[in-house]
Amino acid sequence: MNDATFTALLATFFEESFEGLDRAEAGLLQLDTAGSPEIIGDLFRAIHSIKGGSGAFGIDEVTGLAHVMENLLDDIRSGRACTAEMSAALLSGVDHLRRSLDARQARRPVDTAGHAPVIARIVAARGAPSAPGAPKPAPAPVAAPAAPAAETWRIRFAPHAHLMRSGNDPVRILDHLASFGASVETVDRSKLPPLGELDPTACYLAWELRVPGTVARADLDDAFAWVEGECDLVIERDADIVVEVEEASPVSAPAALAPAAAGPPAPAVERREGISTLRVGVDKIDLLMNMVGELVITQSMLGELEDDRPLDADRVARLREGLGLLARTTRALQESVVRLRSTPVSTVFARLPRIVHDVGRRLGKDIAITISGESTELDRTVLEKLGDPLVHLVRNSIDHGIEDAETRLAAGKPAQGTISLHAEHRGSAVVIGISDDGRGLDLPKILAKAKAKGLVAADAELTPDEIAALIFAPGFSTAEVVSEVSGRGVGMDVVMRHIKELRGEVSVTSEPGKGTRTLLSLPLTLAIIDGQLVRLADQAYVVPLLAIRETVELRQFKQRRFGAHAVIRLRDEIVPVVDLGALLGIEGDHAGDDRLLMIVEAEGQPMGLIVDELLAQQQVVIKSLETNFGKVDGLAGATILGDGRVAFILDIAALHRDVRRQGRSASPDAGTDQAA
Amino acid sequence: MRTIMVVDDSNSMRGLIKVTLTDAGYKVVEATDGQHALDQLTGLKIDLFLCDVNMPRLDGLSLVKRLRAQIATKFSPILMLTTEVDPEKKKIAKDAGATGWLVKPFDPGQLLATIKRVLV
Repeated sequence: MNDATFTALLATFFEESFEGLDRAEAGLLQLDTAGSPEIIGDLFRAIHSIKGGSGAFGIDEVTGLAHVMENLLDDIRSGRACTAEMSAALLSGVDHLRRSLDARQARRPVDTAGHAPVIARIVAARGAPSAPGAPKPAPAPVAAPAAPAAETWRIRFAPHAHLMRSGNDPVRILDHLASFGASVETVDRSKLPPLGELDPTACYLAWELRVPGTVARADLDDAFAWVEGECDLVIERDADIVVEVEEASPVSAPAALAPAAAGPPAPAVERREGISTLRVGVDKIDLLMNMVGELVITQSMLGELEDDRPLDADRVARLREGLGLLARTTRALQESVVRLRSTPVSTVFARLPRIVHDVGRRLGKDIAITISGESTELDRTVLEKLGDPLVHLVRNSIDHGIEDAETRLAAGKPAQGTISLHAEHRGSAVVIGISDDGRGLDLPKILAKAKAKGLVAADAELTPDEIAALIFAPGFSTAEVVSEVSGRGVGMDVVMRHIKELRGEVSVTSEPGKGTRTLLSLPLTLAIIDGQLVRLADQAYVVPLLAIRETVELRQFKQRRFGAHAVIRLRDEIVPVVDLGALLGIEGDHAGDDRLLMIVEAEGQPMGLIVDELLAQQQVVIKSLETNFGKVDGLAGATILGDGRVAFILDIAALHRDVRRQGRSASPDAGTDQAA
Repeated sequence: MRTIMVVDDSNSMRGLIKVTLTDAGYKVVEATDGQHALDQLTGLKIDLFLCDVNMPRLDGLSLVKRLRAQIATKFSPILMLTTEVDPEKKKIAKDAGATGWLVKPFDPGQLLATIKRVLV
C-alpha cells in the first residue's frame, strides 16, 4: 500500500470518527430521557469503530479509552440501566477521544496522561468485576517457553461430523499445522461409511499428528481455536528421547542386568520411517521450474533441426550447441531434484545435545557439545536412518571417550570434556564427524582381543587405523565397547551395518590421550550409485562399486568344494565362489578359465562372483523393480544404459546371505569332490 | 483470483482491508452492512466473507445465519472481524455459524496470515 492511499484512508478514518463522536454525544444526551435500542446500537458502533480503526491506523493512544467505553456501552446495550454517572463518564470519554484524535490529525502530541482519570471514572461507573485496562493489542503469538527439542507434540484430532458446516475444513487445519512441521502419523478411517451412505458434507476421519516440540502450545491452540467444540482434541507432549535415555540402567548396575528389550526400543527416527511426504521450500521448486524452462528452450532449439534439410556445418554447430545445453541442463536438473530430497542434518543433530546433557550428567561427567555444518543437506531417507548410529556413537564417546573430571585434570586437560559434531560436503558425499577429546582407544588391547577372537591372524601387522576399525567388526566383543549407557546390547558393528546399508563408509582415528574421531561418509542420494558394469554372456549387470574389493583371474585359483558351494583360497581367506551365470540361469560364453572372479564384500565377508568380462564404470540411476514388476531376490533394481538396454543391479548383500544359507543347509562334508 | 467480500460499515476500515487484500492479489467486493452484502450476492462467487459484527440494518451475526441458510454459502468460510476478546462473544459468533474470527485491531500481516488459513 502506498503512502498516498494510506493518507487518504486515514483522513476517512478521522472524518468517520468525528462523525461517530458527534452521534455518540447526541445519543448520550438522549439516553437519560429516551434511550432506544437503535440509539444505543449506533452509539456502540461509533465507539467500536474508533477502537477497531485506531489500532489499524496506528493511533494506539485512544485504543484503551475506547475499549473501556465499549465495555460499558455493551452492558447498556444488553439491557443494563444507564445511570447519570455512566452517561457523564461516557461523555467525558467522548470529549477525550475527540481531543486526542484532533491532536493526532494536527500531528500534535496526544495527552494520554489525561486519559487515565477518565478510564478510571468509566470503569468505576461500570463497576463490573472484570478487570479494566487496555484490550489485548493483537492476537500476537504468545511467547510460551519453547519445549526441549527432544520432545514432540502428539495431537489427536477427531472432527465432529458437522465441523464443515461452520465453513471450517480439517484439511486446512492440517495444512496450517504442516507449516509448523507437523506430520500425520495415522489416519483413523474406522468411521468411514460405505460409499452409498457417505454424506460429502460430513467429516468421518480422525488424525494423529506429530508436531516438533519447538512449536509453542499457544500456536497449536490457536490452530484449533476456530473448531473448539466441533472436534475431539487431545494435545499432549510425547517425550521420545527421554524414554530412550532413561531406559538404560543406572551406572552402578552390571551391564548384564541392563535388559536388552527394556522400554520401547524404537526411537523416533524409526517411527518416522513410514512418512512419505516431503516438505520442500518454494525456492527449490522454483529452481526446478527454471530447469524445466531450460529444457523446453533446448527442445525447441533442437526441434528446429527436425526437418529433411541436410545437416550443413551451421546446422551441425547448432545441434552440438543444443546437445551441450541439454547435457548441462540435465545435470543441473538432476542436482536440483537431489536437492529436493535434501534435508539439513540439523534435524538429527538436534537430538544430540539433550542426550549429551542427560547421559553426561548421569555419569557425573561435564561435557560440552559443539555442532558445526548443521545446515549441510543430505537425502532425507539417509538422514532418517542416520539418527540411531549417531546417537550410538555419541553415547559411546560420552561413556568411553570422555574421562571423569579428575582424570582429565591430572592429564592436563580441562575438566569439561567436549564432543564435536561436524558435517560437510565432500564431492558427492556428506561427511559427518563425531569427535571427542577423551582418552582415545586402547589400541593394543583392541588388537589383542581381535587376535584372541580370531578376527585377525595372530601374526597380522596392522596400522593404528586398521586396529581402530576393528571395533566395528562383527563379533568383536561388545562388552568392552558398549556399556550399560551405550546400548541395549547393540554393538558398534550395528553402526557399521546401518551406515553400510546406506552405502556409506565408516572410519575411525584415535590418538591415545587426545581423543577419538569417527567419520561417517554418506552418499548424497540413494537414487544414483557408482556402478561397475560386468558382462555375463550377452547381458550386462551392475555391481555397486562400493561392494567391490578386487577382481582376479579365475584360472589362478584352484576351486574346491566345501559343502554346497565352491571355494577358493585367496591369500589367507577362504572365499566362497558363486557362478553368477549359473545362479541367474545364463550360460557364460567363456567356458572356463578365462573368466574373472570379482571379489565383493558383504557384511564384512568376502565372496567371489564369476563374471565373463569387466565393462565400464559409471554412475547408474536405480530404477525399482518392485514398482513395475515385483521383488526379485538378489537384484537391487535395474537401470537403463546409454544404449537403451536394461541392466540389473545386483544386491550383493542378498546374494551373500543366500550363499551362507545354502552353506548352512547343505551337509558340511568338506572335501566331497563334485563337478564344479 | 479469489474473491473476498468485506462487510463493514466503517469506510476507513473497509478501505484499509480492501487495499491490503487487493495488494495481495485478491478481488474484493465491498458491502457496508449485512443487508448490502445479501443484496449483492446474486451471481457472485465469494470465496471468503470478512464480516464486522456491529453494523446497522443487518448485523454480522444475523448475516452469518442468513448466509448459512443459503445453498451457495452454506459451507463458505466466514471470518468475523471483532474487537471482542471475550471468549463468550466468540462462542456466540461460532454458534451463529462463523468459521473463525480476527480480533481488531489487526495489522495487514495478521489479516493476510489469517486469510491464508482459510483460503489455501
